[in-house]
Amino acid sequence: MATQTSSKQRLETAAALAPAIELRGINKHFGAVHANRDIDLIVRRGTVHGIVGENGAGKSTLMSILYGFYTADSGEILVNGKPQTITDSRHALALGIGMVHQHFMLVENFSVLENVVLGAEDSPLLAKTLSHARAQLKRLATDYGLEVDPDAIIEDLSVGQQQRVEILKALYRGAEILILDEPTGVLTPAEADHLFRILRTLRDEGKTILLITHKLREIMAITDEVSVMRQGAMVKTLVTAETSPPELAEAMVGRRVLLRVEKGPAAPGKVMLEVQNLVVTDDFGIPRVKDVSFSVRAGEIVGIAGVSGNGQSELLEAISGMRDQLLGTVMLNGEPLSLRGDDGAHRARLAGLAHVPEDRQRMGLVTVFQEWENSILGYHHEYGKGPGLDIAKAKAEAKERIAKFDIRPANSDLKTANFSGGNQQKIVLAREMEGNPDVLIVGQPTRGVDIGAIEFIHNQIIKMRDAGKAILLVSVELDEIRSLSDRILVLFDGHIVGEADPATADEGELGLLMAGVTKDGHAPDAGPGTVPAHETLIEKNLTQMSPQDNKDKSGLDE
Amino acid sequence: MQYFNDLVLIFDSTVRLAVPLILACLAGLYSERSGIVDIGLEGKLLGAAFAAAAMAAVSGSPWLGLLAGIGVALCMSAIHGIASINLKGDQTISGVALNFLAAGLTTFLGQSWFHRGGFTPQLSADQRFNPITLPFAEQVKDVPIIGEIYWELISGHNILTYVAFIAVPVTAFVLFKTRFGLRLRAVGENPKALDTAGMSVGWLRYQALIITAVLVGIGGTYLSIAQSAGFNNNMSAGRGYIALAALIFAKWKPWPALLVCLLFGFLDAMQFRLQGIKFPVIGEVPVQAIQALPYILTIILLAGFIGRAVAPKASGIPYTKER
Repeated sequence: MATQTSSKQRLETAAALAPAIELRGINKHFGAVHANRDIDLIVRRGTVHGIVGENGAGKSTLMSILYGFYTADSGEILVNGKPQTITDSRHALALGIGMVHQHFMLVENFSVLENVVLGAEDSPLLAKTLSHARAQLKRLATDYGLEVDPDAIIEDLSVGQQQRVEILKALYRGAEILILDEPTGVLTPAEADHLFRILRTLRDEGKTILLITHKLREIMAITDEVSVMRQGAMVKTLVTAETSPPELAEAMVGRRVLLRVEKGPAAPGKVMLEVQNLVVTDDFGIPRVKDVSFSVRAGEIVGIAGVSGNGQSELLEAISGMRDQLLGTVMLNGEPLSLRGDDGAHRARLAGLAHVPEDRQRMGLVTVFQEWENSILGYHHEYGKGPGLDIAKAKAEAKERIAKFDIRPANSDLKTANFSGGNQQKIVLAREMEGNPDVLIVGQPTRGVDIGAIEFIHNQIIKMRDAGKAILLVSVELDEIRSLSDRILVLFDGHIVGEADPATADEGELGLLMAGVTKDGHAPDAGPGTVPAHETLIEKNLTQMSPQDNKDKSGLDE
Repeated sequence: MQYFNDLVLIFDSTVRLAVPLILACLAGLYSERSGIVDIGLEGKLLGAAFAAAAMAAVSGSPWLGLLAGIGVALCMSAIHGIASINLKGDQTISGVALNFLAAGLTTFLGQSWFHRGGFTPQLSADQRFNPITLPFAEQVKDVPIIGEIYWELISGHNILTYVAFIAVPVTAFVLFKTRFGLRLRAVGENPKALDTAGMSVGWLRYQALIITAVLVGIGGTYLSIAQSAGFNNNMSAGRGYIALAALIFAKWKPWPALLVCLLFGFLDAMQFRLQGIKFPVIGEVPVQAIQALPYILTIILLAGFIGRAVAPKASGIPYTKER
């Protein structure tokens, strides 16, 4: 690899300089939780330094300490060799530390320019500040390949562009050290590549970059050094070129982890779930799923890939009966499923369709309930007759599931909010799988879930498949879709724009499909987020959409 | 010419009736733009009106009255601020509590201090804000149309009226052309963006509440010692709520806010004019029905005519730093 030598050179050059950041013995407690214990870290100037670790390993706490959101209980922070007490974000910014947060800190109805200057205005009147910033932005754009229209409104921009605004914000404030917290979670593969190009340019210009991620592939692709955190402690720091993903994964989890999902070939049976010409609108009446048809057979996993916001949520909600569809039919085991109305989800369940919703906290669980209560939620009518509830039976079954799904802590009386993300997800999964459904619909099964739990959840899904269930999987994690699915459908702007075989499809091809570029070379005018073209697409569909279209199954594209 | 005169007079009283609405509406604009819902505007208007009248009656100076009005509004804003910014309480509840507090206290204190059934003493001309005759108004008042408009409509209002009208462009400028305005708008939309940029969300919101208090304090003062000659029970009569409705109708923007307040003022003015008039076909309409007009319009406008009014996103949500 060409970058290997230069990475080595970079580390050697940097070793001569004072480290950009040095942490010595950082400790931080939140009540009884020891979030950071005796952390030592050296980040060399002009390098990309990765920090990996499971959720709750203390990465974010450490970065928040560095950015002045929290103050450490004990320990020393040295910036460019000088000891500093970073009291607030303003202070961190003054020291040249900028942060790109996982959830962007942008004002959505402001322009790019306004967001960039917010908090760093150089005069009480805006006009001067803005014209100054405009010139500055132009310079940054040419220097680092960070092109964004300064007058665009944030909510009209794609996620990748919004992220660029966040980076610009930090650079505008003179940041020399950039902290990026899980930056690729929301990006398409192409956008992630673009981000990495920008990061490399920044590094070559002498900036120091701290990259927090749980994706080992990204660590391998871009970092010079990588530090691994586990349970609040710094486990080790490695030179990236001298390590490997399995070694990192083992260091993160503390035991060997299988990074690849092991599964046999699928044995598809008869069609269990069939979706025909489904059209679904969002809360504002705008069509999000536009004439989608597909089927899922018993014993296979069909994965739906796509950048979030292309209709996945509405599709899931419609099929599971949580959102009324506008047009189209959903067939379960050959019978049309009546999903309309408030009890649509209930009827779907009775018909044998289970649903693991995308957002477990909002839709999958009542977080103030005890574990056993969530464990029967939606199936509670099976416990006891009439208005009564057979609590003993419910608790007994909850305990069985806790054992079977390795839910920790193993306490069915604990409030659900006190479980970690991965364990909350297991509670939902256990509930939906143990109902023995014919069809399982799973949305974002491992969002915010640790590597160890991911392995477990993936294996459970494969087990369901091998037991002859039909599984529809929706995820924004392309890796997950590729490793679990037997067939991949790509959703873009509410249409299924292509189907791929996970064994043969490469990432580039899928990435193009996810960006809406189909095989015949048709590129739509714009991606999601660029509003005008988006609107014309919607208008086109609205004018074409009428009940007749649905009846004679002509009508929309495809 | 008779119609023209009538029209000028109606517009003149439109202006008079719109002033407290404009001040309260702009006051609410600052607070809501910063992310704090201020149901308590009504109570602040009332409290300020009482304080201004009481002070003017005791001291004999309308200016001290104005200071007292603003002072009381500031105190009430401070309570609202502590409850909703520091203690992160529910803003609607603290606002409603302020309204009850104002309604009860003004009556109680009025009775125990002045013994006039809750009224403050009748103020003489020099204890009030009086109409100002603008330069050349006397000279041009006989010039048809333009002169009449200048004399009747533009000249001859008290100082607080001019303050209210000047406050509109000033607010527009502050909101959209200054650093403070940018931060104010940002803190109501996404306070985290400010926090991560190293600014204090709480202090910005307090600044907004201070401006709110000053404006609504002037509004309350106007009610009792400019428009009237003393305080009487519940004299704000729902204007604080109407101002909030106007704010929503104006989508939290200053110039539309002025127009909406003038519209409500106009309806109010018409309501006085229409009382006792016999309409063709319907005959005389009961006073109560006419008096209800502005409120009915409020409901109609809010329910159907304005489309989706998107409030500042963080409005009503106390800001807490997250882990």
